[in-house]
Amino acid sequence: MKYLAQQAINALQLGSIYALIALGYSMVYGVLTMINFAHGDVFMLGAFFCLLLIAIVPVPFWLALIVVMGATALLGTLIERFAYRPLRNAPRVSAIITALGCGLVIQNTTLGISPYARPMPHLLDNTTFQLGGLTITTLQMIIIGVSVALMVALDFLIRKTSFGMAMRAISSDRATVPLLGIPANRVIAVTFALGAALGGAAGLLYGMAYPVVSAAMGISVGWKAFVAAVIGGIGNMRGAVLGAFLLGGVEVMTVAVLPSTYRDLISYSLLLLILVFKPHGLLGKPTLQKA
Amino acid sequence: MKSIGEKSRYLPPALLLVGLVASVVLPSTGLVNNYLQFVLMSVAINAILCVSLNLVNGWMGEFSVGHAGFMALGAYASAILTVKLFPSAPPALLFPAAVLIGGTVAGLAGVPVGILSFKTRGDYLAIITLAFLMIVKSGLENIPYTGGPRGMLGIPRLTTVAWAYFWCVVAFWVIRNLVYSKYGRGIAAIREDEIAAEAMGVPTRSAKLVAFVTSSFFAGVAGALFAHQLQFINPSSFDILKSTEILVMVYLGGVASLGGSLLGAGVVTILTQCLQPLGTWRMVVLPALLVLLMLFRPGGIMGYRDWNWLKPRLRKSKEEKSR
Repeated sequence: MKYLAQQAINALQLGSIYALIALGYSMVYGVLTMINFAHGDVFMLGAFFCLLLIAIVPVPFWLALIVVMGATALLGTLIERFAYRPLRNAPRVSAIITALGCGLVIQNTTLGISPYARPMPHLLDNTTFQLGGLTITTLQMIIIGVSVALMVALDFLIRKTSFGMAMRAISSDRATVPLLGIPANRVIAVTFALGAALGGAAGLLYGMAYPVVSAAMGISVGWKAFVAAVIGGIGNMRGAVLGAFLLGGVEVMTVAVLPSTYRDLISYSLLLLILVFKPHGLLGKPTLQKA
Repeated sequence: MKSIGEKSRYLPPALLLVGLVASVVLPSTGLVNNYLQFVLMSVAINAILCVSLNLVNGWMGEFSVGHAGFMALGAYASAILTVKLFPSAPPALLFPAAVLIGGTVAGLAGVPVGILSFKTRGDYLAIITLAFLMIVKSGLENIPYTGGPRGMLGIPRLTTVAWAYFWCVVAFWVIRNLVYSKYGRGIAAIREDEIAAEAMGVPTRSAKLVAFVTSSFFAGVAGALFAHQLQFINPSSFDILKSTEILVMVYLGGVASLGGSLLGAGVVTILTQCLQPLGTWRMVVLPALLVLLMLFRPGGIMGYRDWNWLKPRLRKSKEEKSR
């Protein structure tokens, strides 16, 4: 029982990081119905930005979080402006290919600059608490706390503000929204910035929790979050969070039972299985058209 | 007009024969050094990969990123045959059989992916092929029989320029005859509008299945040739970057074009060889090229067009002849 509870805490930690990244995938898909394959690499760069920042000036955790989120938000907007916007009316396949290409460019550029995995310095004092036999670290509490706070803020933004309303409007009908005087391009750019900022935050948190940062992280971790978003129903924010915690749980369980090399095998098989039986994910809405 | 048609009738088969003889004779004369032979084989193997992916991504208009996964299956299946099961069989018999079996294994794996494509299209199908690729790669990493993540070493070097050329011709011939047949028009109709195609009587399900299975069969063949060219395979040789490389060839050369596939494979292979000194940065150039292509010339060099000598000649119907 104790062991299970301990694993549940690990699953929560992994799941909340996945959730932050998955939200970025889902938001972009919701607004543009486009898979932003480069998002995993934005997450990876979040961790590298943090590394760079600490190497230049040793800043406290909160400041690092804000700076990293700002930097990745800028990066996200730049990618949207120069790679995706020119293709907005092109066939969907072109957009996916571009996204894949952008992701690989970012990943391999990082690999070229920093070929080896780097250790992440400690940003916080890590104290361990004993709670009724369970061990929980401040780090775990901060990761879960920050993630949940960001998710709640995002949910508020989408549901209660006029910006969120514009975003939801674009996702339901992109052609009509500009006719109503809503600056669609600006809303889309901000959506990208928000998604990228969440990805950057996830990168920083991931770097703190598993203190090795490498260029391959965008695929090994970032794409897992994408799997989570699809499992939950891509385009649906709450689905992304649900899928992330589900995937986090499954992965932690897999590693507890099987050798850790089976992790990818199990998660991608789960994705395939869910797509076979629920083609639009757990909470996704089926589209009416076949095409 | 007629005389040109009559002349060009015998030209392609003659050229193919000359090519085959050359590919057999030239390496043994010593005129072509080993490095050049390696490049020629790579061009042929990449051309097979490119034309087979073009069938799904170009003619059928879907987006598959799992081609490296099919290639991996073909490579591993054939390598198991030549390394583990029949290491002492005569290569002249074993190698064609190994390549065929490699292709068949990959083709069989194409069946479930084809079936999944009945209901899902576009983004979701891309996700399915991505999941397929990841499952194959991490599945292979967990099989100790084939060396796990370290891969298989000591594969005999059986791929020759002649074999690579032969399979390349077979792949182009089969896919040419498929896409220019009535059935192949159905595949192209799926790309334009699936619902309309179905309404006009195109058997969309079987057409999709045929396209996926043919495509994955030739990916497997290419994988088998690749394994016996490099003499070493491991799961990470077949990752998403390999798929991207093939995607670059398809979209650079031209979608839904046989000549484009040839051109794309040639240009990208030679470019990769020239960029060898760049090391890791080479892997930046290819995806960047892909992005630029999508932004400025989404159809590639020869998108939806083809050289006439690659097209089958149209047979005149009886009424036309009597006219």
